[in-house]
Amino acid sequence: MASVSMTVNGREVSGDVEGRMLLSSFLRDDLRLTGTHVGCDTSQCGACVVHVNGEAVKACTMFAVEADGAEVATIEGEANADGSLSVIQQAFQDHHGLQCGFCTSGMVMSAAALLKENPKPSETEVREYLEGNICRCTGYHNIVKAIMAASGQDVAAIAAE
Amino acid sequence: MYAFDIERPSTIADAVAALQGEDAQALGGGQTLIPTLKQRLAAPSKLVSLSGIGEMQGVCVGDDGAVCIGGATTHATVSREAAAHYPGLAALASHIGDPAVRNRGTIGGSLANNDPAACYPAAALASGATIVTNNREIAADDYFQGMFSTALDEGEVITEVRFPVPQAANYQKFLQPASRFALVGVFVAKYADGVRVAVTGASENGVFRWAEAEAALSANFAASALDGLTVDADGMIGDLHGSGTYRAHLVGVNTKRAVEAAS
Amino acid sequence: MPKDSGIGASPKRREDLRFLTGAGKYTDDINIHGQTYVHFLRADVAHATINSIDTSAAATMPGVVHIFTGADFEAVGGIPCGWQITDRFGEPMQEPRHPVIAHGTIRHVGEIVAAVVGESLEQARDAAEAIVLDLTEKPAVVDMKAAAADGSTKVHDDLTSNICYDWGFVEENRDAVDQAIKDAAHVTTLELVNNRLVANPMEPRVAVGEYSRSDDMHTLHTTSQNPHVIRLLMGAFVLGIPEHKLRVVAPDVGGGFGTKIFHYAEEAFCTFAAKAVNRPVKWTSTRSEAFMSDAHGRDHVTKIELAMDADNNFTAVRTETYANMGAYLSTFASSVPTWLHGTLMAGNYKTPLIYVNVKAMFTNTVPVDAYRGAGRPEATFQLERVIDKAARERGVDPIALRRQNFVTEFPYATPVAVEYDTGDYEATMAKLEEIADIGGFATRRAESEAKGKLRGLGVNCYIEACGIAPSNLVGQLGARAGLYDAATVRVNATGSISVMVGAHSHGQGHETSFPQVISEMIGIPEDQIDIVHGDTSKIPFGMGTYGSRSLAVCGSAMVRAAEKVINKAKKIAAHLLEASDADIELKDGQFSVAGTDKSVAWGDVTLAAYVPHNYPLEDIEPGLEETAFYDPANFTYPAGAYACEVEVDPDTGKVTIERFSAADDFGNVINPMIVSGQVHGGIAQGVGQALLENCAYDEDGQLISASYMDYAMPRADDLPFYTVDHSCQTPCTHNPLGVKGCGEAGAIGSPPSVVNAVVDALQSGGKNVTHIDMPLTPSRVWDAMNNA
Ligand SMILES: Cc1cc2nc3c(=O)[nH]c(=O)nc-3n(C[C@H](O)[C@H](O)[C@H](O)COP(=O)(O)OP(=O)(O)OC[C@H]3O[C@@H](n4cnc5c(N)ncnc54)[C@H](O)[C@@H]3O)c2cc1C
Ligand code: FES
Ligand code: FES
Repeated sequence: MASVSMTVNGREVSGDVEGRMLLSSFLRDDLRLTGTHVGCDTSQCGACVVHVNGEAVKACTMFAVEADGAEVATIEGEANADGSLSVIQQAFQDHHGLQCGFCTSGMVMSAAALLKENPKPSETEVREYLEGNICRCTGYHNIVKAIMAASGQDVAAIAAE
Repeated sequence: MYAFDIERPSTIADAVAALQGEDAQALGGGQTLIPTLKQRLAAPSKLVSLSGIGEMQGVCVGDDGAVCIGGATTHATVSREAAAHYPGLAALASHIGDPAVRNRGTIGGSLANNDPAACYPAAALASGATIVTNNREIAADDYFQGMFSTALDEGEVITEVRFPVPQAANYQKFLQPASRFALVGVFVAKYADGVRVAVTGASENGVFRWAEAEAALSANFAASALDGLTVDADGMIGDLHGSGTYRAHLVGVNTKRAVEAAS
Repeated sequence: MPKDSGIGASPKRREDLRFLTGAGKYTDDINIHGQTYVHFLRADVAHATINSIDTSAAATMPGVVHIFTGADFEAVGGIPCGWQITDRFGEPMQEPRHPVIAHGTIRHVGEIVAAVVGESLEQARDAAEAIVLDLTEKPAVVDMKAAAADGSTKVHDDLTSNICYDWGFVEENRDAVDQAIKDAAHVTTLELVNNRLVANPMEPRVAVGEYSRSDDMHTLHTTSQNPHVIRLLMGAFVLGIPEHKLRVVAPDVGGGFGTKIFHYAEEAFCTFAAKAVNRPVKWTSTRSEAFMSDAHGRDHVTKIELAMDADNNFTAVRTETYANMGAYLSTFASSVPTWLHGTLMAGNYKTPLIYVNVKAMFTNTVPVDAYRGAGRPEATFQLERVIDKAARERGVDPIALRRQNFVTEFPYATPVAVEYDTGDYEATMAKLEEIADIGGFATRRAESEAKGKLRGLGVNCYIEACGIAPSNLVGQLGARAGLYDAATVRVNATGSISVMVGAHSHGQGHETSFPQVISEMIGIPEDQIDIVHGDTSKIPFGMGTYGSRSLAVCGSAMVRAAEKVINKAKKIAAHLLEASDADIELKDGQFSVAGTDKSVAWGDVTLAAYVPHNYPLEDIEPGLEETAFYDPANFTYPAGAYACEVEVDPDTGKVTIERFSAADDFGNVINPMIVSGQVHGGIAQGVGQALLENCAYDEDGQLISASYMDYAMPRADDLPFYTVDHSCQTPCTHNPLGVKGCGEAGAIGSPPSVVNAVVDALQSGGKNVTHIDMPLTPSRVWDAMNNA
């Protein structure tokens, strides 16, 4: 057992964890932040994407002890301080960028990381950036559209609804 | 996963010491090792995390002009920091896996693992890179010893990789549609004393140099110089995603494209 | 002006608020005090006799609560199949026992051999490694045609062969069809594979069993599309738990696509074990387990023949299909290649004679069952591929050939037992030509060729039968359940409404679209209306969500219940307004007396129903709550036309989707935004099937594509923006909303156009390629080009 402490969504947290505890398990099981999802065991689906020190990482592919001292941001911390949806979250709702919601936390966290790096991505850039985020429901159309809209681009011209 | 402890040393010396214990294993970005541990295909008693070792981080340019990359440097960092010095290498790094994988996965981990479909081995071999460890320097030509097999000894840590910078270079990666690793990847690097061509993804023996192409391109660095050249389909990987013949064909296509993109 | 609420509007989805903030509640988010964890030891060989299982060492390991093997389940029932097929000789299908845990024999990789319940998952897994199996391996039955041969190893020793059934449809037409094919001016023949797929909803399956001794109550929390179906099958057939002692809860579910319809062994196990160990028992599937335990989809091998007269009118269709059932019959497995496939072989065309033969085969592979579209994609694919091939052989335009043979008069009784109530195939084709800019294709092809790429255009039509299903009809066809649905409309005293529905929403947005209907009917704001679903203790007995049935069937039940509520409310209003019921009108939430300015608000009426001080108590009961069960009179028949444009890189065989257009007729549309989203997702799955996805076994029955490393899921950069349109609307004639269902269309309608487009591209490059089996991976396309 090792003790870890980190900041999660601005809040100081700590705990005693086994070496093998994944960051995703620490968030979900110990902190009960179940918005971070686990959709695979081969690090490919991206349902678990969170930010560690501002960078998108797969929480299922990082040990909790490696986040000791880090700033971690999860979907639960994405909304604005007053509880209203962030620009990206709002764009996902406005453009129907989610259906079952299971991939959504990871999608939003990846989108946030993308827009920080590249405030006005092209369609191709958005699609390439989402390489590690699999969605089985939406066919990606409305996800890509939502992210482009969140970046302030006019998406009205994008093919039908 | 089986149980293990994790140590997070802050110097190479401490890491090397920690790795002396029985069943201790280095942990780079974990992007290969953690999925392996989940499948219970490895059972280390201790993981020694290299991510907190400052001297293994970052990209710099050595006195001889070579680009030196710390063994624990992430793919994302390489793609940013090597861009000005060795754009072909930075471009390769920026297409490994996805952004989240690039933020954790490291060059040392990739080279130590030597997956037959991994990208960095092609760059290292085509660049004639030097793999620097805690106790020696290994030329890329001696380092890669077949699929998942390298010249590294137990407990040896890749601390740095030095890439001589070519005049022109390009990496062409044809994606395996599921894993998005290289179905076939070809790195072409043109140096003053000749051209080196390294192929990943294709061979049952892991990354290899395509000698005939190197000779032809050294004489004439143009895609047309490759006309009529083929690699032998024997010994190429054949699987769900493509036969050996197909892979051999893609080696030719990717090499031409790399030359076109580089020149 | 587009509407902003009610039917036809696209209000933002209310469920998004919880999903976007991480506040969704999925089954794996449920943790119950005292819970244990089960790890299933799964077979790593495809076929073997179990000589012995030694759990003694494992049982003493730390944290082990109990270890179960097949012997513990001998006394309980097997996992049932919900549909009995009668073969072409009038005999019932062969139906093997499907044990919760393998007993005596292992029949597929991934089958549960033992279950370790432990204090923690890792402890359970540690102990599972200490279980000693003594197995005698047997040859694996993998190839379907080989499985059908005399002398093949049998998957089930107690059955007469590996053939589950040999089904002929319509058997009486067989000779006439044979004759028509003999007499035809031209016959086009195509042999093809409909590739095996893994549904892969992003949320893996989870089950949490709970048992309360104080009231003998069992609760199962599970990732299901249909909690009542699970309660029925598991309670009645497997565990023998009376329904009032069994509650099944399916909370937020992260996608289903069919594979979460079925009742699975893990659900029965967790329910059973929770009582046995008297602690909650939780199982969370890993993705690796999902690949070898979720029912797979498709997997047909087909030969189709299309006969035409000298004028290219279709005269007959004959098919022979081998359909993989896997090792056991999953819940709806037997119905997929038969009633959901054979009945669709007319497609959009007036072919007078059709004969479909299906041999359902047992193999040593994971059970195969419904996956988005289920049977209908297989029917559509073979028909639309053979028509394309026929057009080439006859040198006619593939669109013209389709048009010439369209069904144009409705209702239309097909020769395969169904009656299309309504449709307009010409309209969707014309719409497709417009939105896909088919006229501009030649220019785009020239541009691609200038870049050294081959460009192809593929078009296809589809029809599906959904809104499943009329109970008396399916009963005759072998279904072991009714397929109606139910809704309860509970009006609260202040006028707000809770609607309890049998349908289950796992991405479809019912919480948003169903209130639109009620809002339209009553005229109160949508935010006054909530949908309750997914918990058998709260909702009426409904059959859940699959087969594009939620709105057409459950939505109809909801309309019927709401009508009952409105009728009663009108009586109350009439009393309050001192008028006759017949004169009361309801509009915008106000009851008024026709021709007067007398009115009373919805909220006043509902309050009167619950505070009946001034109320016709002698005529009607207080309260305002009604339930309706709705059994559809017919299937619904969405139809449409799809077009795909691809570029093929001739050097590598890589195919890229350049444009994809879909013109659908879904009848009336409640929420166009949601409908488009459903089509998008379906198209991605169809393109996935056509280009990427392949669930492959080797000859030993080992699953080769057992993770995302080898099973290619469509990603954002594999797909373009789509152009979708559903403005062609021929409302369904037999349900109150005139809706047809849209959930499966995209997956049904898209694979043939992709393959047609690739063949078109290769032919344009001078390659005589007439067919490539899906998925059209770069290597397969390149092989086809180089062998042509
Ligand atoms: C979704 C996904 C997609 C990917 N796509 C690609 C791709 O397209 N191309 C590609 O090349 N790779 C790909 N990878 C692999 C990725 O690049 C890994 O990061 C890399 O192979 C391993 O690096 P790591 O730092 O994560 O090492 P780890 O996983 O931590 O370790 C891997 C092995 O190397 C050893 N090791 C680690 N660091 C050192 C060191 N400094 N010295 C000695 N030994 C060390 C470890 O003990 C272990 O045996 C992908 C991975 C994922 C999860
Ligand atoms: S859970 Fe799939 S990548 Fe993390
Ligand atoms: S919304 Fe269901 S997986 Fe993306």
